[in-house]
Amino acid sequence: MKFDTPATTNPIDQMKIVGKPTNRIEGPLKTTGTAPYAYERHDVAANQAYGYVVGSAIAKGRIASMNLDAARAAPGVIAIVTADNAGKLAKGDFNTAKLLGGPDIEHYHQAIALVVADSFEQARAAASLVRVEYAREKGAFDLAAAIDTAIKPKASFGTEPDTAVGNFAAAFAAAPVQLDARYTTPDHSHAMMEPHATIAAWEGDKLTVWTSNQMIAWSVGDMAKTLGIPKENIRFDSPYIGGGFGGKLFNRADVLLAALGAKAAKRPVKVALPRPLMINNTTHRPATIQRVRLGATADGKLTAIGHESWSGDLPGGGPETAVAQTRLLYAGENRMTAMRLAVLDLPEGNAMRAPGEAPGLMALEIAVDELAEKLGMDPIALRVLNDTQVDPEKPSRPFSQRQLNKCLETGAAKFGWSKRAKPGATRDGRWLVGMGVAAAFRNNLNGPSAARVRLAKSGVVTVETDMTDIGTGTYTIVAQTAAEMMGVPLDKVVVKLGDSAFPVSAGSGGQWGANSSTAGVYAACVKLREAVVQKLGLASDAVFADGKVKAGRRSVALGDAATDGELVAEDKMEYGDLAEKFQQSTFGAHFVEVGVDAMTGEVRVRRMLAVCAAGRILNPKAARSQVIGAMTMGAGAALMEELAVDKRFGFFVNHDLAGYEVPVHADIPHQDVIFLDEADPTTSPMKAKGVGELGICGVAAAVANAVYNATGVRVRNYPITLDKLLGKLPDMV
Amino acid sequence: MKSFTYERVDSAAAATAAFARMPGARFIAGGTNLLDLMKLEIETPQHLIDVSRLALDKIEATAEGGLRIGAMVRNTDLASDARVRRDYGLLTRALVAGASGQLRNKATTAGNLLQRTRCPYFYDTNQPCNKRKPGSGCAAIGGFNRLHAVVGASDACIATHPSDMAVAMRALDAAIETVDAAGKARAIPIAEFYRAPGKTPHLETVLAPGELITAVTLPKPVGGTHIYHKVRDRASYAFALIAVGVIVQRDGTGRVALGGVGYKPWRVEAAEAALPRGAKGVADGLLAGAKTTHENAYKLPLVERTLAGVLAQAKG
Repeated sequence: MKFDTPATTNPIDQMKIVGKPTNRIEGPLKTTGTAPYAYERHDVAANQAYGYVVGSAIAKGRIASMNLDAARAAPGVIAIVTADNAGKLAKGDFNTAKLLGGPDIEHYHQAIALVVADSFEQARAAASLVRVEYAREKGAFDLAAAIDTAIKPKASFGTEPDTAVGNFAAAFAAAPVQLDARYTTPDHSHAMMEPHATIAAWEGDKLTVWTSNQMIAWSVGDMAKTLGIPKENIRFDSPYIGGGFGGKLFNRADVLLAALGAKAAKRPVKVALPRPLMINNTTHRPATIQRVRLGATADGKLTAIGHESWSGDLPGGGPETAVAQTRLLYAGENRMTAMRLAVLDLPEGNAMRAPGEAPGLMALEIAVDELAEKLGMDPIALRVLNDTQVDPEKPSRPFSQRQLNKCLETGAAKFGWSKRAKPGATRDGRWLVGMGVAAAFRNNLNGPSAARVRLAKSGVVTVETDMTDIGTGTYTIVAQTAAEMMGVPLDKVVVKLGDSAFPVSAGSGGQWGANSSTAGVYAACVKLREAVVQKLGLASDAVFADGKVKAGRRSVALGDAATDGELVAEDKMEYGDLAEKFQQSTFGAHFVEVGVDAMTGEVRVRRMLAVCAAGRILNPKAARSQVIGAMTMGAGAALMEELAVDKRFGFFVNHDLAGYEVPVHADIPHQDVIFLDEADPTTSPMKAKGVGELGICGVAAAVANAVYNATGVRVRNYPITLDKLLGKLPDMV
Repeated sequence: MKSFTYERVDSAAAATAAFARMPGARFIAGGTNLLDLMKLEIETPQHLIDVSRLALDKIEATAEGGLRIGAMVRNTDLASDARVRRDYGLLTRALVAGASGQLRNKATTAGNLLQRTRCPYFYDTNQPCNKRKPGSGCAAIGGFNRLHAVVGASDACIATHPSDMAVAMRALDAAIETVDAAGKARAIPIAEFYRAPGKTPHLETVLAPGELITAVTLPKPVGGTHIYHKVRDRASYAFALIAVGVIVQRDGTGRVALGGVGYKPWRVEAAEAALPRGAKGVADGLLAGAKTTHENAYKLPLVERTLAGVLAQAKG
C-alpha cells in the first residue's frame, strides 16, 4: 500500500481499541520471568557452549603478539576465536570500527578474542589467560583539544552539515539584544538493563542467531556482509529486548563472535557482553561542544539564529547532529547552522535516544532561557512569540501539525508557572527552589514496514512482522491495530515479532517504530479484509465488528472465512512525498521544579511535567511510560550522566553501573504527562507519530533552567553536578 | 574468576585454623564486595573460608555500658536495632545511607569495615594500580579522580575508603575485636585500624594474615544530636563524594568524622575543639595538609559547607 495522500476516515478512526489505555499484552510473561530474553533461550539449541569476550587493553595501536597457549590449556576450553583464525571478515555498513579487532586496535575494549568453553566460568577464567603484547600508538582522545582539526562532514541520513538562510552575521551584529554562549554535553552511555547477548548456531551453512536487536533487517544484512554469506542463510530472532535506546540498532561483538565461536566450536555458542565491556566495546552518544548565538529585537522577535556543534568519532564515523532541531524550532529570518567532526580514538559514537535533538536542545533551550532573561521576558512568552507554522528554512513547507504553543501554555497552567519567582528568591528550609521550562522537539520519521496477518477459523488473527519491541509496548499497539481493523477483541490477536523470517518492518529507532509498524499492520489488514469479504461473498463495504463481518442483512463470524483453511494476507506500507510536502514533527513542553541544597549544592528534582503533541496516541498507557522513562533519562543527562574520559589512555573510565550513574527511584519523585488530542493525517492511516524520543528532548535544559531559577547560577557544562555550583552559591546557613 | 575451593566453618577457631592450613585463603561473609572482585580477578583467592554462619550475629550489652556487635551482624539488623537507634543514631543513619536494602541484608559488620575502594582504576585490570598490583603505578593520579582522596593520600595511591558505617564507627570510638590463628584475641581502636597508603597501598589494615574480626564494640553512649549527611550526585545508591558525621552536644562541643576524603574514615580529634565556633575552624583542622587535584578540589569547600549546614541543623 502506498501512502501518498493525507488519510481520510478509516477503521482506525473508530478508536474502539486503538487509543485506549491498554496493559501490555506480553506483560504477564515479563512479570513472571517467562518472556525469554536472548541469553536465556536454553531451549532453542541443544548443547550450548559459552563464549567470553576479551577486550583490548589499549585504545589505539596494534597487537604485537598474542599467546593463547595457557588459555587453550585451561579446563573446558573448546575454541578461541581471534582475527588471526577467524577467516576473512568484512565490516558491516552500520559499524565504524571492526567488531573483531586485531592486529590493529581502533578503540579500548575492542573485542580481540572470544574464548569458548563448556561453562561460563571456564570461559571467563580462560579469557584472563590470553596473553597480549601491544604496541601502543598515540591517539586523539580530547574533544576540546581536537576541535581545531574538525572538518565539515558528509551529509548523513539526509542531514546536511551546514545550512544558511538570509544573512546571519549581519543580522546578529545588528541585533539590539544578543546572546552568544558555549555549552558542552558529555559522552553518554545507553546503559540499558539487558546487555548485548546472542546465542548462535549453524546448521550446515545456515546461521541462526537468537539475539537482542532493534533493527532485524539491517542487522541480517550487515552480518551477511561481515561473514561473506548470503542474507538468505541467516536468521535473526529477537522477540524480547531488555532496552536498547539505540545501543542495539546494529550488530555488536556478541553477534559476530557468537557466530564465529559456534563455527569454531562446532556447537551452539552464547555470548553476552559483561557490563564492564559494554561502555567501551559498544557505541555511545558522543560529547558535543556547541555555540549558540541568538539575536533579537528589544521586544523579543528573533532576527538571527546561529547554532554550531563540534563532536568527534573514529575515522569514518559521523557527527552528533546537535543542530538539527535549530533548523526548525523557531522563526527568524537570518539563520545558520553548522556541524563539524573531529577524529577521536575513543569508542565508536552513534545513535542514542533522540540523537541530535537530545544534546542539541540541552544547549539551545538554555540559550533561549538566557535570552529571555536578557530581554526581561518570560521564557514561555519568548517561545510563543517566535513560533512558526512553516519550516523556517523553506517557508513553502508547512508543519503538518504544530501545537508547541499549546503545549507550553497548557503546561504553564497545570504546573503553576505563574508562581515562578526571580532567580534565587525561593527558599524551602535549606533548599533553594526553582522552576524551569524548555520546548521539546523531535522529528517524526516514517519507514516502509511490512506485516503478514493470518486468520484462523477460530477467529484468531495472528500478526507476523520482524518489528521489535524494545520495551516500548510494540506488541500491544500492533495487537490493538489488528483488533481494530479486523473487529475482534484484543484477546483474539496473537502478535509475533522480531523474527527475520517475517516480513521486513521499519524496526525500532528514531521513534519511527510505533507509527510505521502499525501502518504496515494496517496495510496487511486491509488486504485481509478484502480476502475475507471475497471469501464470504459480501459487499466490499462490509463492517468488521464484534468478531463478525456484516454487510446488508448478513452477519457472519469472521472465522468462517477460514473454514477451508487459514486466510493469509501480507502487505507493506510505503510512503510518497508527504514528508517532503509537510514538515512532520513532534512537539512538547517540559516543566521541572528542582531544589538545590544551599549548603552542598546537591540538585534534586522535585516534580516534572511533560505536555506532548505527537499525533494520535495509540496506547496512552504505554506512551506515558515511554515519556516518563525519557524524562527520567533527561534528568540523568542534566544531573549525573557522564562517561569520564581518560585523556591519556583513551577510554571511558567509569565503565560500570556503579561508576556511570543514572537516576534511581529517589531521584524522581513526581512526574506527570499530558498528551494533547491530535491526529495527523499526513503521517499514515494511523495518524500517529512517535513519542519515545520526544520525551527526553529538552528535559535536561528544563532542569538546568530550573537550577538557574533556584540559585541564580548558570551552568552551561553538563552534567550539573554540585562542584559546578559550589563556589557560586550564596554564603548562608 | 579463578577456580577456588570453599569450606564453611562453624567457629572462629575453625576459621583461623583453616587459614593456617591455606595461607592464601580469604574469609567470606556477605560476599557483596569480594565476589565482584573475584569475578573481575582483582582478588584471586584459591580458597574461601565461609564465616557467615559463625555465631557472631548478636548485639549484646557490654559491662562498660556499651554494645558488642558481632562480626556477622547484618547491616540491616544493626541499623534497625532499638538500642543502636536510641543511643547510636549516627550509626543507623550512616548504615541506611549506604548501598541498597538488598545489599544491607547481606553485608556484615566486619565485611563493611573491610570493603575495598571503589576507585575505577582499581576495578580495571588493564590499568596500573598499586593497590591491586603493587609497583604498577597509580592511574588515578593524573586521570579521572573527581571521587578521590584529598587527605592522607600518597604518591602511590589516592583511593578513598567507601564505607559509611565506618565513619560513624570512627566518631563513636569503636574498637575492633579480633582473634588470630594462635587463638590470641585483641581489640584495635578503629583510629588505629586502617593503614595509610604510603608506598604500600595494598596493605589496608593492621590485621595480620588470618586474623579474624569477631566483633565491633561501642563505648557507652555519649548522648548528643547525631547527624550523618552523605553528599552525592544522585539521591541514593551512590558512594559518597564526601560524608559528614557529627555528634553535637547542647554546649556546642562534639565530634566530627568524614567519609569520602581519605583512605579511612577521617577524624582529627584536635580539630573538634573549634566546634562551638562553627564549621570553618573544624574543617581547616580536619583538612590540614590536604592535597587536591583540579577535579577533587571541590571537596574542601564542600566539607566546610556541609559541616556548617549540619551544625545549623543540630542547633535546630
